[in-house]
Amino acid sequence: MTAQAAPSRRDASRADKSGGPASPAGLVKISYREAMRAAIREALQRDDRVFLMGEDVGRYGGCFAVSLGLLEEFGPERIRDTPLSESAFVGAGIGAAMAGMRPIVEIMTVNFSLLALDQIMNNAATLLHMSGGQCNVPLVIRMTTGAGRQVAAQHSHSLEGWYTHIPGIKVLAPATLEDARGMLWTALQDPDPVLIFEHGSLYGMEGMLAADAGAVDISSAVIRRQGKDLTLITYGGTLGKALSAADELAKDGIEAEVIDLRALRPLDDATFLASVGKTHRAVIVDEGWRSGSLSAEITARIMERAFYDLDAAVERVCSAEVPMPYPRHLEEAALPQIGGIVAAARRAVG
Amino acid sequence: MTVRQVAPDPLTVQHRHELLRQMLFIRRFEEKCVELYSAGEIRGFVHLYIGEEAVAVGVNESLTPDDNIVSTYREHGHALARGIPVNAVMAEMYGKITGCSKGRGGSMHLFDAGRRFYGGNAIVGGGLPLATGVALADKMRGDQRVTACFFGDGAVAEGEFHECMNLAALWKLPVLFCCENNLYAMGTALERAQAQTDLALRAESYGMTAWPVDGMDVLAVEQAARRAAESVRAGGGPHFLELRTYRFRAHSMYDPELYRGKAEVAEWRERDPIEALAGRMRAAGELSDEELAAIGEKLAAQIDESVMLARAAPAESVDDLTRFVYSTEPA
Amino acid sequence: MPALGADMDEGTLLEWLVKPGDEIRKGDIIAVVDTSKSAIEVESFHTGTIERLIVGVGETVPVGTVLATIAEQAAAAAPAAAAAPAAPVGPPEAAGPPEPQRARKRPAREPAARAKQRRQPVITSGKAQPAAASPLVRHLAEELRVDIATVQGTGPGGTITRADVQRAAIAGAGVAEPVTLPPQPGVAVTAAQPTPARPTVPVTARQPVTPLARRIAAELGIDVSKLTGSGSRGAVREADVRMAATARAPTQAPAQEREQAMRQAIGRLMARSKREIPHYYLSNTVDMTAAMDWLHQRNRELEVTERLVPAALLLKATALAARQVPQLNGYWEDDRFAPGDAVHLGVAISLRGGGLLTPAIHDAAELAPGELMAQLRDLVNRARGGRLRRAELTEATITVTNLGDQGVESVFGVIYPPQVALVGIGKIIERPVAVGGLVGARPVVITTLSADHRASDGYAGARYLAAVSDLLQRPEEL
Repeated sequence: MTAQAAPSRRDASRADKSGGPASPAGLVKISYREAMRAAIREALQRDDRVFLMGEDVGRYGGCFAVSLGLLEEFGPERIRDTPLSESAFVGAGIGAAMAGMRPIVEIMTVNFSLLALDQIMNNAATLLHMSGGQCNVPLVIRMTTGAGRQVAAQHSHSLEGWYTHIPGIKVLAPATLEDARGMLWTALQDPDPVLIFEHGSLYGMEGMLAADAGAVDISSAVIRRQGKDLTLITYGGTLGKALSAADELAKDGIEAEVIDLRALRPLDDATFLASVGKTHRAVIVDEGWRSGSLSAEITARIMERAFYDLDAAVERVCSAEVPMPYPRHLEEAALPQIGGIVAAARRAVG
Repeated sequence: MTVRQVAPDPLTVQHRHELLRQMLFIRRFEEKCVELYSAGEIRGFVHLYIGEEAVAVGVNESLTPDDNIVSTYREHGHALARGIPVNAVMAEMYGKITGCSKGRGGSMHLFDAGRRFYGGNAIVGGGLPLATGVALADKMRGDQRVTACFFGDGAVAEGEFHECMNLAALWKLPVLFCCENNLYAMGTALERAQAQTDLALRAESYGMTAWPVDGMDVLAVEQAARRAAESVRAGGGPHFLELRTYRFRAHSMYDPELYRGKAEVAEWRERDPIEALAGRMRAAGELSDEELAAIGEKLAAQIDESVMLARAAPAESVDDLTRFVYSTEPA
Repeated sequence: MPALGADMDEGTLLEWLVKPGDEIRKGDIIAVVDTSKSAIEVESFHTGTIERLIVGVGETVPVGTVLATIAEQAAAAAPAAAAAPAAPVGPPEAAGPPEPQRARKRPAREPAARAKQRRQPVITSGKAQPAAASPLVRHLAEELRVDIATVQGTGPGGTITRADVQRAAIAGAGVAEPVTLPPQPGVAVTAAQPTPARPTVPVTARQPVTPLARRIAAELGIDVSKLTGSGSRGAVREADVRMAATARAPTQAPAQEREQAMRQAIGRLMARSKREIPHYYLSNTVDMTAAMDWLHQRNRELEVTERLVPAALLLKATALAARQVPQLNGYWEDDRFAPGDAVHLGVAISLRGGGLLTPAIHDAAELAPGELMAQLRDLVNRARGGRLRRAELTEATITVTNLGDQGVESVFGVIYPPQVALVGIGKIIERPVAVGGLVGARPVVITTLSADHRASDGYAGARYLAAVSDLLQRPEEL
């Protein structure tokens, strides 16, 4: 089945200047979910301590088909279907990691992670510091996040920003094929708990990826598109919209620099601060609700460290502060859209 | 469902002396904490184990140094029974860098990774998933270890208890669930919180072996624990012990205890586990008053020394405040 | 093609379980469709007869595509059926929602042509970086009509504080510098506190200026309060500033005006000095061997940051000597000489943009060379940052000008009235010197004296230079 990637889900890796093999012969066509699957498979093959645990990851093949086929390949000891007990199996992941394993815990969506919040905050994030450095938790938790499929209020959250509030964990948002393929291994090698957020709209995204693509760093933001007139800062599912907005703006001669944050905690603020130092205008696109969001944190940092570089107030394009409604037109109105990003950019540029 | 009668095994005199010493050690330590807390030298929350000593000591007898322990905020007894040096525990109460958690945890978060003592958890029920995970790791690696998980009757109300009971039984994980049923979850009596108060029965419904045990009789506790731990270690899946016990003092240091009557407390005090064992040993001619006094003095000296050392020990530098938020070395 | 999952966009028809002419009922499974995740059975929501199969086996179509048509039987309970004889299989596309409203898409304000201004090369006045000021301070400056670019900051790192702005406002009004008293409850503020004399000038509405625009305006010496802003809420932005810079090229920036004023002032002073003061000049060559040896020894014992330079010794010697020859230390005023109460040694400091200041080191004769040096450094920093106190600028009793660093061997300067002497120090160089009949190379420095013949004569001047020389032979006593 061939898939026409919708413009809003265009893979940004073609515009990625972060390097990679250039020869067309070494490229394969792959989707985001396939890349994630390849990453999990590689981890399971390379490291005996790695196992995948979560609801419907085995027999069902994963709610988003990421782990399809892995149960057959690796067996039920390493691909574990859990009961609907988020707190128990996330906590078990924490305990197993503390005891020397490298579990990948899949929480079906960020919406259900709330049931495990106590374990994540009070155990995973806290054990190392609270024990005086004795208990590492080298755990990876993967979660699907975001809205856009009319699945209504309780299934449409973007809570990455919430999690970036917690010291002791690391938070990632892979938005490209390279990152879907490469962040997991690095996260598994990290001695601290890492949360990986996969935006639901990205799973079907397709593009070309180097056949030998491997681990990537999990600490730096990347400039996906160079520009001089303003800086568009975003992450995860809204990267595509930001790039499309940049194309729109370019028609009017406004060159936007688009930054994919990739790592949400710790934030690579050096990259966006330098960019704002160059362009003097910033627009942040964040699918979370505006108040107390990651965009608020980024705005604060820009104000703190690049105040004298600003030629306009920082603009933010976030979700409307409503529980996500079901009908399509309302959902679209609630989410950041290309039009809104372009409008914000124009306000900043004047 | 009948309460199993645990016939006392023939234990040696030395062994009984050792059990008595350990319980007395915990008792004296806790009494010292009362003093220090009232004087303002220990701060925060302190949850005393007085009255429940038989449980920590008895269960600990069934564990090897290779086994794991996950506990609650009322964990001084478990920590001392496990062998975490009293100097390290007292220093932790004082928040000093020589404490077993470098002073960062305090009374509720005692950790000793070397002794496989994984805290000290302040969230009721919060340690059960952790214990389940540690046991999972051992099982996956084929390590024959028992993970003893202590929690109170209050935890039975938390969702995590039920999730973990199920998960452990489903995956046959080597967890020894030790429920210290002291009849009160802070100020709420068990019968006001649970429609079905037979906790061993509840545990059994999850498909695991579960026994109620007289938690005021250290020999009974040891017996039951040994049997259960053996079975767990041999791959028999998780076991559940409902250790029926009682705390003689308040939930934490300042608690007016409006929720229970003095008569009830007095009744339970007559079943003091230390007195119970000492009485039996006296009756059997195994213990004289002088010996008991001598043991008591020695323990008092050890504890006094730990206080002295704790007072004199340095605190962690403020410059290290953010150390160990993230690791600097790979795990 | 039905939507069989929240994230399904298209499906492939795998199998038809019916053919045209078959009668079906609501709920019957009539086809199998493949999605990206698995094969799923498709049920009919209508009762009727299959008319036509439109999509064939193996075809992939987007969700919502008609797969087949069904001739619905006229059902008594469904009057709507008559209106729709052909119904697509599967749930119809979500009933036409109204065009999703574009989120607040207003056409942007007409961007002015200057939005595309090319960057101009920055015209600097050669001065130190413009000082930073917080928005609150800028606001105050605007209210008081103070050009913040001309305010000298006394805050940390040279930042401009409210007090600086207030002082500048008052100074502009020609009122004496007030003492800023912190308000104390129950204590009336001293009546001597003058209010900024600006009762007739109306306070303008606050005009926003972006931080970047201010910074650039300061660099280019442009007064932002005179600009019209093109940003949101009328904010002045970088582009506005740059445009103003190109448009105003012929006019001088305030910074340049300031420089010009200083030059003029110095010029007037020097002319007056030469006109009014009868100068006489003396010079002496001082053997610096002892002094340099002592210096090397001493410095070996000190931290790098504390090490003394020869200038420290020279300045101390000139100060001490002035105490010994008081006719050279003081002022000529009202036709007579008034001796100074102490030796306040004026030091000539050149400014980077051109211009000269001569602030004083108070009680220089009492300070150890190390302290002298520290004070000198402090004065130089503050002189160049524009942060000297008025007292420092007006109280020198004798001035030294040390051009040794510039490579000049001897200096014959112009006295700063009302002072009566100016000491010149040149470069320390090695010269062949005859001592005891033998020729050797020794470090020497030429000291000079320009003195007011009304206050002293050559004898006093000679004694002075001799004293300087003597003092430098006993450096340990300095």
